[in-house]
Amino acid sequence: MFKYFQPNKIFSVTSRAPKYVFILFITVLSIGLVESLILSPEDYKQSHSVRIMYVHVPAAWITLGIFSSMTFLSIIGYIFKIRNFFLISKSLAPSGLVFNIIALVTGSIWGKPTWGTWWAWDARITSMLILGLFYIMYLIVWRIYEDDEKAFRMSSIITILGIINVPIIKYSVDWWNTLHQSSSINILAKSSIHSSMLLPLVIMTAAFALFSLLIFLMKYNTELIKIKNKGLDRL
Amino acid sequence: MYGRKVKLRFFFVLSVLFILAFSAFLILKSLEENVIYFQSPSEIKSLSEIEKKKIRVGGMVKGGSISIQATDLKFVITDFKNEINVVYSGAIPNLFEEGKGVVAEGFLKDKNFFLATKILAKHDENYMPPEVKAAIEEK
Repeated sequence: MFKYFQPNKIFSVTSRAPKYVFILFITVLSIGLVESLILSPEDYKQSHSVRIMYVHVPAAWITLGIFSSMTFLSIIGYIFKIRNFFLISKSLAPSGLVFNIIALVTGSIWGKPTWGTWWAWDARITSMLILGLFYIMYLIVWRIYEDDEKAFRMSSIITILGIINVPIIKYSVDWWNTLHQSSSINILAKSSIHSSMLLPLVIMTAAFALFSLLIFLMKYNTELIKIKNKGLDRL
Repeated sequence: MYGRKVKLRFFFVLSVLFILAFSAFLILKSLEENVIYFQSPSEIKSLSEIEKKKIRVGGMVKGGSISIQATDLKFVITDFKNEINVVYSGAIPNLFEEGKGVVAEGFLKDKNFFLATKILAKHDENYMPPEVKAAIEEK
């Protein structure tokens, strides 16, 4: 079933999707910003700097989610030899890198008033920086290798090497003493974040996910147009 | 169902992932001392010798322990098992207060005395509005 990805059929959907995704993104983002900047309460301790969290945490989640998806797609693409999956993975990478940088920068802005430092070489922050380097390596690989097969192989290797870092990022705050606080949101146990602050967090996560989808669709359409121009009717 | 080559590639990826995860585990295990950002007062107590180089000590600021004498700020870091006295002069972060997390960077004079050159406030994972905090404290 994987063999019959028709670029034309996919393109007819993905070329029309961006404008709807864009409208949805603007709507959700507006609600999210109003909720997080105006309606949500300030924190008892950090007061208004808690609002940085509504950008920081969703950005970190999205960047981890995107890297995991890229690895999954690359591995499946490698095992079953599906070219399309590599292209999806390639199109996902730029928004992943953008959110990685956003997470690092907002974390730094939050760290100065809260911790008293812009940067600390603790396990969470350092491993997040390493993830950013893997994103950059991944994108560079696609630039270096002109030959598709080589680019597929090298980019898969980068994702497999990088995925080892993802659980390290997630559990760094539990395994070691870090300056970064541990996770506030637990699926199994009670979350240590008040529900009035959880709501804007969830909406902002949805907004960022839609933004990633939008950038992905734009990048992916470019890939499909490239294939069309090469005169290939099948991926 | 799947071809032999597909299976071969599947087990190849699986073993590569396993080997990488295992190597990462070994590397991090052997570098544990460098990976941790700070040591607790209990870990300082169990040191066999006083380190000359710069280290970080972290824990809670003991309630009622902050005192200011001339330009020196004195307080006690506790992990509820052991304590260490800290002396510091310089800027303190806004969130530095009694009963909250702190990380002090500096030099160990002896096992009970730490000369800090920099202080960082450690924020915990609790987020709530002031009213909720007040309600919890009333209980």
